[in-house]
Amino acid sequence: MLRYRVIPLVLLDGYSVVKTIQFDIRRNQGNPIVVSRIYNSRNVDELMLLDIDASKEDRGIDLHTVDAASSECFMPLTVGGGLKTCEDITKALKAGADKISLNTIIFDKPEFLKEAVSVFGSQCIVASIDIKKNEIGEWELFSHSNRNVNMSLDEMLDFLIKSDVGEILVNSVDLDGTMSGYDLDLIEHVSSATNIPVIAAGGASGPNDCSRAITTGASAVSAASIFHFTSYTPRTCKEDMDKHGIPTRLLDIEDTKF
Amino acid sequence: MQKKLITVIDVNIGNVNSVSKALNYLKVDHKVTNNLDDILESDKIIFPGVGSFYEASKRIKASGIKDVLKKRVLEDKIPILGICLGMQLLATTGEEVKKSEGLDLIKGKVAIHRASKEGLRLPHIGWNDVTFKDFKLFDSIKNGSCFYFVHSYEMIPSEEVKVAYTNYGVDYVAAIQKDNILGVQFHPEKSQHVGLRLLKNYCEGKF
Repeated sequence: MLRYRVIPLVLLDGYSVVKTIQFDIRRNQGNPIVVSRIYNSRNVDELMLLDIDASKEDRGIDLHTVDAASSECFMPLTVGGGLKTCEDITKALKAGADKISLNTIIFDKPEFLKEAVSVFGSQCIVASIDIKKNEIGEWELFSHSNRNVNMSLDEMLDFLIKSDVGEILVNSVDLDGTMSGYDLDLIEHVSSATNIPVIAAGGASGPNDCSRAITTGASAVSAASIFHFTSYTPRTCKEDMDKHGIPTRLLDIEDTKF
Repeated sequence: MQKKLITVIDVNIGNVNSVSKALNYLKVDHKVTNNLDDILESDKIIFPGVGSFYEASKRIKASGIKDVLKKRVLEDKIPILGICLGMQLLATTGEEVKKSEGLDLIKGKVAIHRASKEGLRLPHIGWNDVTFKDFKLFDSIKNGSCFYFVHSYEMIPSEEVKVAYTNYGVDYVAAIQKDNILGVQFHPEKSQHVGLRLLKNYCEGKF
C-alpha cells in the first residue's frame, strides 16, 4: 500500500536556511547541510531544498550545497531554485537531486516544462505554484520573482496536466509561515482538478493539519515552520495520520539500524 | 590479482550521483562511467536511471553501451542491477513517449502503469511495501519493508522470472531476477536503511 508522505521543506536564501511569513518576513534557520543531516537522521520520507532567491537574482541554487546536503541523504531530494535549462537540471541531478522543482520558468518559458518532462521523465519534474487570494477572495497565481502572471489558477492546472508534470506543489502565500492550518479548500480544488499527485504547502500548524490535508486530497504534505519552531517532527505528524487510518511509513527503531 | 571493478553506468540523465553516494557510504569501490572500455573491464554493473525510456533507449544505442552491456551480461555472465529506469531498460520494448527498444535481457515490455486504469494518481510516488519470497537480493530485509518508488511505467515480463511485488492498484513487478540479470523498480539508494542493505547485498554477491 502506498504510504502518504510528510516532506520537510528547506528554504534557502542562497546559503542559509530561512523561513518566511507570507513570503516576506524572514528568519534565519542556519546551515542547510546540518538541517538536511538532521532530517536524514529522522528518517524522513523526502526532503525539499528550494532556493527562494535564485530566480530573483538570476542565478541557480548553489550546487555545492546540494551536493553536500545529499551526501548523507538517503531519501529522495527535490531541488529547486533558478533552474531553467536541461543543462541546469542535469547539473542539479548530478549534484544529488532526485527531483527538480520548477516555478519561475513556468512563467518565463512555459513550453520548457514539456521539454524537461520529455528528457527527464514526468517523475522528475515537480511544478511548484504559489497562490494568493485577491481582495475579493479569489485564488490567483503569484510570482515571488515578480514575473508577469497571465494565467488563472485553473488555466495553470490545465497547462500542468497537459505538460505531464509528475507532482504539483501547491503553496498558499497567505498562509505561508503563519502556522494557522493549510488552505484545505485550495487543496481540494487542485487535487480534484487533476490526477497528478498534489503536495500541500503553506500553513501547517501541527500534525492534525497534515491528516486533514491528506483526507482532503493531497498525496503528501510539506511543512517548514512547525519543524523549525515547534517540537513537532515529521514522525509526530505521521503518528497522527496513522491514528486517522491514513497509511504512512512509520519505522520501528530496529528497522532503522544498519 | 586484478581488483574487482563495479561500474555504475551513467547515460547522463540519471540520478547517478545518488547511487554513487550510497556506495561511498557503504565503502564500496566503484567507478561512475559511460566509457565502453570500463564496462568491458567491469565485473559487476549497476545501471541506474531516471528519465524517459525513449530518451535513454536512444542514448544507450547511439553510445554503443547497449551492445557492450549485452555482450558482458549474456556472454560473459557478469551481474547487472538495473535501478528504476535501469530495470525497465532490461526489457524488450518500452512504450514511454513512443515505442522504443530496450536491452532485451528479460523478455517483456514496459507500459503505462495499470494503476491509471484504476483511477489512481500517476506517477506512483512514495514509499510502498515490497513482498518477496526466496529472493536473496533481499537478504536480511524484512518481508513487506517499504522502499521508495517514483515511476509512471511498469515492467511486464513475458517470460518466467523471479519477481517481488508491490501493490498500487494492481500487484506489479517491484524487483526482478533472471540469473545474473537483476532489476529493482524502486530506488534502493533513496530507501534509507533497507535500500542500503539491498545495495550491499548486491555488491557482496548475495543474489
